[in-house]
Amino acid sequence: MGELAVDKHVKYIVSVEKRKDSFESVVMDHLRMNGAYWGLTTLDILGKLHAVDADEVISWIMKCQHESGGFAGNIGHDPHMLYTLSAVQVLALFNKLDVLDIDKVASYKINVEKAVNYIVSCKNLDGGFGCTPGGESHAGQIFCCVGALAITGSLHHVDKDLLGWWLCERQVKSGGLNGRPEKLPDVCYSWWVLSSLIMIDRVHWIDKDKLVKFILDCQDVENGGISDRPDDAVDVFHTYFGVAGLSLLEYPGLKAIDPAYALPVDVINRIFFSK
Amino acid sequence: MDSDEGDREPISRRAEWSDVIPLPQDDGPNPVVPIAYKEDFRETMDYFRAIYQADERSPRALCLTQEAILANPGNYTVWHFRRLVLQALNADLYKELDFLQQIANSNAKNYQLWHHRRWVIERLGADARAKELELNKEILSRDTKNYHAWSHRQWVLQALGGWEDELDYCHCLLEQDIFNNSAWNQRYFVISRSPFLGGLKAMRESEVRYTVKAILAQPNNESPWRYLRGLYKDDIEALVNDPQASSVCLKVMNTKSNYVFALSMLLDLLCNGFQPSQEFRDAVGALWTSDTHPLDSDLAKAICYILEHVDSLRAGYWMWRKSKLPQAA
Repeated sequence: MGELAVDKHVKYIVSVEKRKDSFESVVMDHLRMNGAYWGLTTLDILGKLHAVDADEVISWIMKCQHESGGFAGNIGHDPHMLYTLSAVQVLALFNKLDVLDIDKVASYKINVEKAVNYIVSCKNLDGGFGCTPGGESHAGQIFCCVGALAITGSLHHVDKDLLGWWLCERQVKSGGLNGRPEKLPDVCYSWWVLSSLIMIDRVHWIDKDKLVKFILDCQDVENGGISDRPDDAVDVFHTYFGVAGLSLLEYPGLKAIDPAYALPVDVINRIFFSK
Repeated sequence: MDSDEGDREPISRRAEWSDVIPLPQDDGPNPVVPIAYKEDFRETMDYFRAIYQADERSPRALCLTQEAILANPGNYTVWHFRRLVLQALNADLYKELDFLQQIANSNAKNYQLWHHRRWVIERLGADARAKELELNKEILSRDTKNYHAWSHRQWVLQALGGWEDELDYCHCLLEQDIFNNSAWNQRYFVISRSPFLGGLKAMRESEVRYTVKAILAQPNNESPWRYLRGLYKDDIEALVNDPQASSVCLKVMNTKSNYVFALSMLLDLLCNGFQPSQEFRDAVGALWTSDTHPLDSDLAKAICYILEHVDSLRAGYWMWRKSKLPQAA
């Protein structure tokens, strides 16, 4: 089995931040906040968060916050739930949640009971979840739903045996995981499927060794970074999910990651135990 | 990006924009991550910023949002402003559908596109239904599993109708690719919710026949096996008592190939009270060729043991299933 090319991946992530004029950086312009989360969490899992200048990043994040309390994907864009999440996550990585006016951010309010009811209405007969009631079960959707149910203490709504079986059927011969029946495996499902299995306590239903091998095969060991499947082009998104997946599989030398919050466990503990 | 970049006339040279002062992006006095934008893109966005600040909802603003969207279809701020302009101008939303179709040709998975599309259809109402379902089919023809397209399609059917031809459409897709899980999901959606079909129970018999045919054509296809279970939602006893369910398992096992799903289904039937005849025992026995490990006399246990070996990726799951079986007296 190959090994995780840690230094190459660190170099790759740090260089992505600097490459501003590529086509990729233009069309990713509005979701730079997501990119920051993917890249920085990967660095933290690898034990290399110090490779970036924390003050620079935090200063940029705060420039993305709007009057409403929400954060935009980049300077000059409108606030949006997705980027608010990423912003809070990155601030948590740097242990800088104190720079936030918590009430302001939380005024982007949610009615938890209604949210849980909606999630349950999206449950399908195969035990999985779709995007809307009647929508096809999809591993990414399942992660969002199971994660939300976990965070709100509502996992009793999940049929763990049935969903666990659907999830373990995502593993294909190569050892990789797909997101729906008869689709190709993709490294990002190493996260969506795996974290879901862990949250419902059924991860022993897949072949972990084969999955580790698949993820390692998706690395670009020359230039760093991880791609969706072997020999494709790398990107920060798949680099993050590949490394996060390896962490969940307890690959040696990596920080543990929380399957529901998708942040290192020590970061989550810091938040919860400081209350 | 824009393939006509070479032909694009800079906005600063266009007569109709001569009265507008472009507004550069304000990154603050010490920009942290200054981006070196391409000149064309920077200019388009500078002019967009100007009309956005001025809240100018004019025909030229509409054109500019089109340019900005084509340059970066992910910019949700531009899409939002475009909606404001469309409303202010009381624009022809059928033309907007054509514009959206153009974008979909290169960005069929863009979230903003689909959100905008729904907004347009909400305003056009039932008159747009037929055209929209056709346009949606075009998008699906390029990627038959595009999740956005399927979500949108389900929304159109529920909001505006058009169910009559949908089952045929599912059949069409399955004829092209019987492994298409999205098409199977849609089929289930239609038979459960179409006001013209009488509901799941009424459709059950014909659908079981359809599904069994699909299984026999490709027994290693996960979708029809799940579909079969779905047809007996909340009625597992009826599944156990339906001879078509057990007999399809037997047929597949007797081919001695691609029998994993068949074994798994038979296991579920046994766990829910199915009484196997000798034929079933023989068929299972024939799948196990090892002399050193004789098969368990309990059929369910034997099936679990076989699956642990032939579906070894999921050995953990099959061992757990075995552990859950009632222990022999």
